[in-house]
Amino acid sequence: MSISVASGPFAHDRSSVDRIMLQVCLALLPATLFGLYLFGWPAINLWLLTCASALATEALCLHWLGQPRQRLLDGSALLTGWLLALTLPPWAPWWVAVGGAAFAIGIGKQLYGGIGQNIFNPAMLARVALLIAFPLQLTTWPLPQPLGSPGAPGFVEGLAITFAGAPLADGMSGATALGGLKTELTLGHSVEAILAGNFALLPALLGSTPGSLGETSELLLLLGGLWLLARRIIHWEIPLSMLLGVALLAAVAHQINPERYPGGLYHLASGGLLLGALFIATDPVTSPVSRSGRLLFGAGCGVLVYVIRTWGSFPEAVAFAVLFMNALSPLIDRYCRPRAYGRTARGKPLAIGRQTSPVKES
Amino acid sequence: MFNLARIRGGIHPAAHKDRSSALTIGRVPLPPRLYLPLRQHAGAEAMPLVKVGEHVLKGQLIASSPSELSAPIHAPSSGRILEIGPILAPHPSGLTVNGMVLECDGEERWIELEVPANPFDESPLVLAERVARAGIVGMGGAIFPAAVKLKQGTRHEIKTVVVNGSECEPYLTCDDRIMRERAEAIVDGARLIQHILRAYRVVIGIEDNKPEALAAMRAASEPYGAIEVEAVPALYPMGSAKQLIQAVTGREVPAEARSTSVGALVHNVGTVYAIQQALRYGRPLISRVVTVAGSCVVNPRNLETLIGTPAQALFDACGGFTRQPAGVLLGGPMMGVALPSLQAPVIKGATGLLALAPHELRNDQASPCIRCAGCVDACPMGLLPLEMAARARVDDLDGAHDYGLRDCILCGCCSYVCPSHIPLVQYFQYAMGRQDERRGAERKTEQVKRLTEARAARLAEEEAAKAAAKAAKAAARAKPAAAPTSEVE
Repeated sequence: MSISVASGPFAHDRSSVDRIMLQVCLALLPATLFGLYLFGWPAINLWLLTCASALATEALCLHWLGQPRQRLLDGSALLTGWLLALTLPPWAPWWVAVGGAAFAIGIGKQLYGGIGQNIFNPAMLARVALLIAFPLQLTTWPLPQPLGSPGAPGFVEGLAITFAGAPLADGMSGATALGGLKTELTLGHSVEAILAGNFALLPALLGSTPGSLGETSELLLLLGGLWLLARRIIHWEIPLSMLLGVALLAAVAHQINPERYPGGLYHLASGGLLLGALFIATDPVTSPVSRSGRLLFGAGCGVLVYVIRTWGSFPEAVAFAVLFMNALSPLIDRYCRPRAYGRTARGKPLAIGRQTSPVKES
Repeated sequence: MFNLARIRGGIHPAAHKDRSSALTIGRVPLPPRLYLPLRQHAGAEAMPLVKVGEHVLKGQLIASSPSELSAPIHAPSSGRILEIGPILAPHPSGLTVNGMVLECDGEERWIELEVPANPFDESPLVLAERVARAGIVGMGGAIFPAAVKLKQGTRHEIKTVVVNGSECEPYLTCDDRIMRERAEAIVDGARLIQHILRAYRVVIGIEDNKPEALAAMRAASEPYGAIEVEAVPALYPMGSAKQLIQAVTGREVPAEARSTSVGALVHNVGTVYAIQQALRYGRPLISRVVTVAGSCVVNPRNLETLIGTPAQALFDACGGFTRQPAGVLLGGPMMGVALPSLQAPVIKGATGLLALAPHELRNDQASPCIRCAGCVDACPMGLLPLEMAARARVDDLDGAHDYGLRDCILCGCCSYVCPSHIPLVQYFQYAMGRQDERRGAERKTEQVKRLTEARAARLAEEEAAKAAAKAAKAAARAKPAAAPTSEVE
């Protein structure tokens, strides 16, 4: 009859960390499967390798740090590896996957003290580290060659691409919409002319365009994200304010100078914005906890994405923007707090005021 | 109907109320012995008025309240006082408290009750005093002496008396059942309280998941204009005074202030019933309705139980256990406490006895916080439980206080939703205990400082007086010494 819990409440809603992580993975599944189909065997290798390396690194770190082994099964390492894989070029070589995952888990997460302690999103930290260290491998974008289509690499060729570093044949690689735009703009072409050549909205939304493994299909990402929102795994504030931030800035800039700046829809449909807004910026560990804080965080991410995409030297900006805002999260949390019951927004007790009057002793 | 104010946060735990609310209130057979702790209320321990071996009658005053913030205790049945001393407390520690053991003689002989004429003719203070003498405390679990609240009417303008029939804790149905079965007495009690507090209106707030209770109370209050029955949304912790006041009046009680500052006062329906019994029939509080529930109980139901009855007797009256429970709780699963033994007695604030199976209890394997903000969303007080716990863990009491410990009502919503199973409430209770300790120590230091300074001042004064006296004496001696010479001269 002894009870192991010393104090109430004794009831619980049966939620758990592993269930949250697995649901996020589940929500990523449609976009992931589509990406794997689109980019074929090398992409499958990359995805498996990244997830497995993340788990292996986590197991090693838990062992070294003397932490409970069952934390390996909480799904957080798998999710980090998974997210990292989705942001890599689909035909990246094996050492990018292994090194990236080891960096994400070892340095991005365990060095800070493990789950819940990291300041920066581990997957984004690893992606930025890889991008800066290996810019060539991280910006080589193969054209989509769906599994089973003529010319798509078979299983053995896939192994060769992933493990032996077989070079991409000419004409098999292309530029992402964002990268293409950036290059062409420097050549002095107008946005309309460039986009007419290399951008069409429908394929961009469906995802049959060059890009990172899991970021290309905005519609499938949106599907997973909406499901997470409905399950209340993620909050609506960050995705909404982030997407709105980018779209509004883009729309305003487009109105001012359509020759130079593409519109909001182009930005929403390109690059990793949706993946970032729904799955990466919403990482609970590295984002603020209050509603106002999350709105601020998301808006900050959105503004930074637009600014870096438009005026920075990298065509894509989600990882930088999210990491920058991650650094601000503790500060945001310090100042953006919910209003407590019976207190003003600044934490002072509400005025008792003239709601009642004292009664004289009868 | 009224446009109810939206309560922030809160949770919707599984109710588990169907089985025990289906049956009428039953009775517990008279147990051979009753165990009566001397403190079943907030405030000072009651003082025994009887001796070991003395025979007492049912309803006889056996322990009186030494101060305003206390409550007397009456014999729940007739019999002999067997023992006065330490008895097992209904507290998870399993420690003992001062109490009395009453051996029942089975005759249930009542003491002569003083039946007041028409209580509406009497002055509020007289009535409040009667309630105090009946030993009535907040029966929703707060165990705050009811009369102390009733006397607020002389000091503050009370606009709204809120009768709390929300019963938001899972499993518990005792309030639901008494509202269905004793609606008229409760409405009568509410009118008496309105009279005592000179309040303008009475609102009986009942969660909308109790349609039968709502209907019964509406029917009973029909003849009286100033009494409204309002359905409030079923949401835990609707039964908390602050949340209920906001739902009913639309006003927030300012932090660090009492509900009287918004002109409201909350009484639980069980308390209202007990007050009516005391004022109409002169009956002291010697029994209450207790919900016996949980999946390990054969026939969950509500039982009219004499105060002091051991938990075992209630479970026996419900057919015993289907299997060995993994935990027995006194009160609801959100704010109740674990019982150390089935011999622990029912006290005045005992709303329920739950025998729960492992699947009804929380997993106690805590993992690190992932900052999911579930607790922030669930907190009905708008606090940051995760930050409070992180600070309480490292004994940063000021930090925890600043992040909301000062406003925390210990409702447990945060723990309920935490996916990492962190025992947040435990941290808060710990930090509150440490704060109390620290405040006590500070007061003591302050006192010692004051006394030391007073002593130093007194000594200095004495020294000065002595010196002055000495000087005066010396002067006097010098004078007489000089005087004679002058005389001689």
